[in-house]
Amino acid sequence: MNTDIYSESPVVHEPAFIDGHSVEIPILKILKQDGSIYENAAMPNIDQELATKTYKTLAFHRVLDERMVAAQRQGRISFYMAALGEEAASVGGAAGLKDQDMIMAQYREQGALMFRGFSLENFMNQMFSNEKDLGKGRQMPIHYGSNALNYMTISSPLGTQIPQAAGYAYGQKLQGLDAVTICYFGEGAASEGDFHAGLNMAAVHQAPVIFFCRNNGYAISTPSDEQYVGNGIASRGVGYGMKTLRIDGNDILAVISAVQLAREYAIKEGKPVLIEAMSYRLGAHSTSDDPSGYRTREEEAKWQEHDPILRMKNWMLAQGWWDEAQETALFEKLRDEVLAAVKVAEKVDKPPVEDLISDVYDKVPPLLQSQFDELTAHIKKHPKAYPFTAGRIK
Amino acid sequence: MAQMNLLQAINGALDTVMAEDDRAVCFGEDVGHFGGVFRATSGLQEKYGKSRCFNTPLVEQGVIGFANGLAAQGSTAIAEIQFADYIFPAFDQIVNESAKFRYRSGNEFNVGKLTIRTPYGGGIAGGLYHSQSPEAYFAHTPGLKVVVPRNPYQAKGLLLASIRDDNPVIFFEPKRLYRASVGEVPEEDYELPLGKADVVQQGSDITLLAWGAQVEIVEKAAALAAADGISCEIIDLRTILPWDIETVANSVTKTGRFVVSQEAPLTAGFASEIAATIQQECFLHLEAPIARVCGMDTPYPLALEKEYAADHLKIYEAIKNSMTY
Repeated sequence: MNTDIYSESPVVHEPAFIDGHSVEIPILKILKQDGSIYENAAMPNIDQELATKTYKTLAFHRVLDERMVAAQRQGRISFYMAALGEEAASVGGAAGLKDQDMIMAQYREQGALMFRGFSLENFMNQMFSNEKDLGKGRQMPIHYGSNALNYMTISSPLGTQIPQAAGYAYGQKLQGLDAVTICYFGEGAASEGDFHAGLNMAAVHQAPVIFFCRNNGYAISTPSDEQYVGNGIASRGVGYGMKTLRIDGNDILAVISAVQLAREYAIKEGKPVLIEAMSYRLGAHSTSDDPSGYRTREEEAKWQEHDPILRMKNWMLAQGWWDEAQETALFEKLRDEVLAAVKVAEKVDKPPVEDLISDVYDKVPPLLQSQFDELTAHIKKHPKAYPFTAGRIK
Repeated sequence: MAQMNLLQAINGALDTVMAEDDRAVCFGEDVGHFGGVFRATSGLQEKYGKSRCFNTPLVEQGVIGFANGLAAQGSTAIAEIQFADYIFPAFDQIVNESAKFRYRSGNEFNVGKLTIRTPYGGGIAGGLYHSQSPEAYFAHTPGLKVVVPRNPYQAKGLLLASIRDDNPVIFFEPKRLYRASVGEVPEEDYELPLGKADVVQQGSDITLLAWGAQVEIVEKAAALAAADGISCEIIDLRTILPWDIETVANSVTKTGRFVVSQEAPLTAGFASEIAATIQQECFLHLEAPIARVCGMDTPYPLALEKEYAADHLKIYEAIKNSMTY
């Protein structure tokens, strides 16, 4: 009922608009680029072990992205999406959660999956859509997923995971689990109907979900000022009556701090939270576009100064938890490992032809089975046209 | 056994599931305390609490998105879309998400525990937006099951099977029959098989096929034909996807004549898919062209609903044409 708003709002007698920008939203910053901490900043719950794991994950992320963009350029994989410059959002998010929490990502959050321990082989098998891919070679590169690691398989349509996260978290709460759902999306996806549907569903039904917006400035080529005119995505959270926090997305400590706080609140109060992480997509949207067509080198150079990985490294050095020798050794080792893994994964067979029809339903329906029987008979007739499967038909 | 209307049968099925499975959740617009605009969920919130039977905001894509997540989490998600005419904002969630959840993840995740209930169909003076039969859109989507019951007994048994089936199911309820169709329904738990058609009446001269509320119309036409000495075999398809080709093809092989009728418009309706398949399966047994008696290729009308509809007289004429071809 709307009686409260009707009878308890302050009253005016002359019409006056509330300005669309009147809600002031501060931005949380803990770590400076030089590795020092802002005065009076509240530190997240982080020890040397968590910090080292987080930093090593960031390093792995950067090396994998760098190598796989190159592999795509060489024609070894069809497609790739790097997260250059905004790795802290996904890695820090996972670092602020517990392993039983569900991660429902958009597509540029491979860092969270790395943190959870998805192996280099798993990444490679997915990108090469070979028969060892957990997804059975059905989706384009970077559409990872793992039930064991509570990382929901990526879906290309934008924003569909947002109302799903509300439902997933509602189920976790209904079962009384010590678990939340984190839901990643970009500021572009926040224009989708599913974003508004999902935030409202979560707020009304009190689902313990952490909505995490990576506001990285661009949706492919469209800058954020052509995406919305309000006070970023955070103002939407306020509109949906939700606890909201804006953070420096390139500040790993701010990310971890925000997610730890959000998790605690979501579990304790059983309600959703919105975090807007301000960042910048330093790389292209994907290997299919070239940013020089829609933005300046100067703009990119400015954001390079805010590199989140270098910022964390500076802090690690200052803490005495890391040194340059370790740095060189780690990056060398990672580069070698990634190159070796590419060479292995690209030689693994394509999935068997049976994987074409499995998992459409729990069991193969009769009509689909007869289509499959026709297909295999056809392949046997023209084996040269279907070289990956012809020799392997039972 | 008890006398029940179709709504009571559906309510009974939901009650059965919610009593046995404490992870079963029913939700949708006005589904909570009010019990749904047709009262299909009546009494469930009182019995099972607000956390398991509740109203949602007015956002169909949100309802189904939420349901997909809930089902992926392992809960039994039973979502209601108030009218099938309003399912389209959720089209992306159903077609790109529900239907592909298992396949795209290599079975790492699935939404097998999802059931979408929605009233469909005309004959209630509902005009364009309270009358549509959109089953064909969903029948074109591998990964979904599409089920339509014709009476209270079928509704309870098919709904229980749909909810327990390990695939996402869209369950279209014939709203014209919600209160009009009354019959004997067991009070205990029972299931009717998905993917299996039901031979409603044996016959030897011609096969008539329909689903949902249209079965009753076909039965009326068959009664008229019987007075002319024509013996009709009547089949209720029950599941649109995946559909029971075998039962239909066996019948047409026996009778040699085939009329398929649907409420939805003719062009690219599911009747067309059936006609193509039966033509292939039964080509040498057919004595006449397969006839499709369907709604016209217009939006669903209001004042001229009677003229538009695939009524018993149009079906009766199609039967006679087939017999004298």
